[in-house]
Amino acid sequence: MVPSELLKVLIVDDEELARRGLRRDLAADPAIEVLAECPDGFEAVRAATELKPDVVLLDIQMPRLNGFEVLELLDPEIAVIFVTAHDDHAVRAFEVNAVDYLLKPVDPQRLSDALGRARERLRRREPMPVEALAAASRPAGVPLGRILVRDGPQVHVLPVETIDYIEAQDDYIAVHSAGRSHLKQQTIAAVEQRLDSSRFVRIHRSYLLNLDRLARIELIAKDSRIAILRDGTRLPLSRAGHTRLQALL
Amino acid sequence: MKAMLFGAIGLLLGAIVATFLGLRGGAPWEEAMLLGLPLGFAQAALCLAARFPARAAPLAAGNVLRLAATHLSAALVSTGAWILTGFALARLLEQFPGHAGSFARFQREAASLAVTGVLIFLLAVTAHYLIIALESAREAEVRELSARMLAREAELRALRAQVDPHFLFNCLNSIATLTAEDPGGARRMCLQLAGFLRRSLALGQQDHISLGEELALAGEYLAIESIRFGPRLKFVESVEDGCRDCPVPPLLLQPVVENAVRHGIAQILEGGTIRIGAHRDLGGIILTVDNPRDPERPAGRGTGVGLENVRGRLRALHGERAGIEMTSTATLVTVRLFIPWVGDSDRGAEPRDIGKESDGAL
Repeated sequence: MVPSELLKVLIVDDEELARRGLRRDLAADPAIEVLAECPDGFEAVRAATELKPDVVLLDIQMPRLNGFEVLELLDPEIAVIFVTAHDDHAVRAFEVNAVDYLLKPVDPQRLSDALGRARERLRRREPMPVEALAAASRPAGVPLGRILVRDGPQVHVLPVETIDYIEAQDDYIAVHSAGRSHLKQQTIAAVEQRLDSSRFVRIHRSYLLNLDRLARIELIAKDSRIAILRDGTRLPLSRAGHTRLQALL
Repeated sequence: MKAMLFGAIGLLLGAIVATFLGLRGGAPWEEAMLLGLPLGFAQAALCLAARFPARAAPLAAGNVLRLAATHLSAALVSTGAWILTGFALARLLEQFPGHAGSFARFQREAASLAVTGVLIFLLAVTAHYLIIALESAREAEVRELSARMLAREAELRALRAQVDPHFLFNCLNSIATLTAEDPGGARRMCLQLAGFLRRSLALGQQDHISLGEELALAGEYLAIESIRFGPRLKFVESVEDGCRDCPVPPLLLQPVVENAVRHGIAQILEGGTIRIGAHRDLGGIILTVDNPRDPERPAGRGTGVGLENVRGRLRALHGERAGIEMTSTATLVTVRLFIPWVGDSDRGAEPRDIGKESDGAL
């Protein structure tokens, strides 16, 4: 996009009053168009998919999905500006990753500066450091309780206990859960790092297995094994993966 | 220190026995010393040992006779052994030249020495009881002090947590929006916020407030939050007659109500109702706060600290008589607090029982 062009903005906050405040501040600038206001993360993802905003003003503390979880589900080329009333943890994560954020009550001057920087970011096609922020947003040592995946405008919440295994497919992972497979743009190493390591084992370069699903291990040739899951699925088992599995069983 | 005390008592008692033997019994000075000093130290050891029966049988009304019998018999037995030791020493001394007749001389004084020995032993027992009483008084004082410190600390923590920064900044944000679109509303919200802050500061400085005052504070808080949350926040209060007069520690209910908003209402887009109830039961007041919860949100996330704080304060003030519990279903969280109504059903129990009551909690 060109800097002088209209900047399309999405406002995401669960408090109506807070949304109205932002909309009023944005209305002062004719180069900005507010596409929609969303009261929660699910709506935000849907609106972002359908309306393709340039910038999302994203509250952090919201019901069901917090701001960081929403960020993971947005297209990385969208410029996100976080908005928070008070969250030391989040603010530290933003400072470390040089991500723009605004504190409530929002100072109109700061808002306009942040939008200016967002224009810059968009012009340079600079993606958000999604992975780093997602990692920094969780207290150290607390493993992920659920994985969020986007299916078009829809968000699926997959609690980790419902996941059978995760498969690497180029830049994506396929999360297999309840007989379905959900694609997500993330590396298998990144998701492995955030999951509970006593529950999810990397049994192969491309496979991360939920230990509860393992039925047995079968030797199919000398030094060549496969893992058989409770539902009969057969997954390759590398030698290193076998060692890791042995250590946990 | 103990060895020095023992030495000093031993020398003193030795001097007394030697004086007895020398002046009254007419023993030569050297012989009086040779017999007196070992006996003095033996008696000192017995006096120190009197600590054990004194510790084993603490002073209490009702068992005076048994105590007297115990200590008298201990005195008789130990003094008897002591006198026999004296006889043995005197007999031994006779074997040496120049000490002929020491046995007979000791025998003459044995009876009065025995009486003195019993008296000294009983004196020692009394002294031990005194020491024990002093020690336990000091211990109680230390315990009470630490319990008070704990209570004060909890109160300070509660106060600090009181003005939740998240609440404050969100309020300011609401006001900032209102100033542009509804100046009158902005002004009202400012006044409400100021009123709430002023009241919570004032209440926090008191030892006890009435439940009515605490409920009024919660009402002000919820009125402010409902400007922020709009129709998402509904609030119902049901308080039994007479409950509002019950004295309660200030700002005890407040963190529970704030939890209900932060972990309940704020996590549900459709919102819900917070219910605060109070009724009398079991010589106290039962307070309940319940709020809806998002069934998909993991239970107990972040709610622990606030409740732990309330539990700590209740315990410091009322010991095991008070309590707090949290129960939750898929869609509802209920917190129940029991606070004894001090001076209502049991007028004897003063709130100043802090030290004793919180023993178990320490």
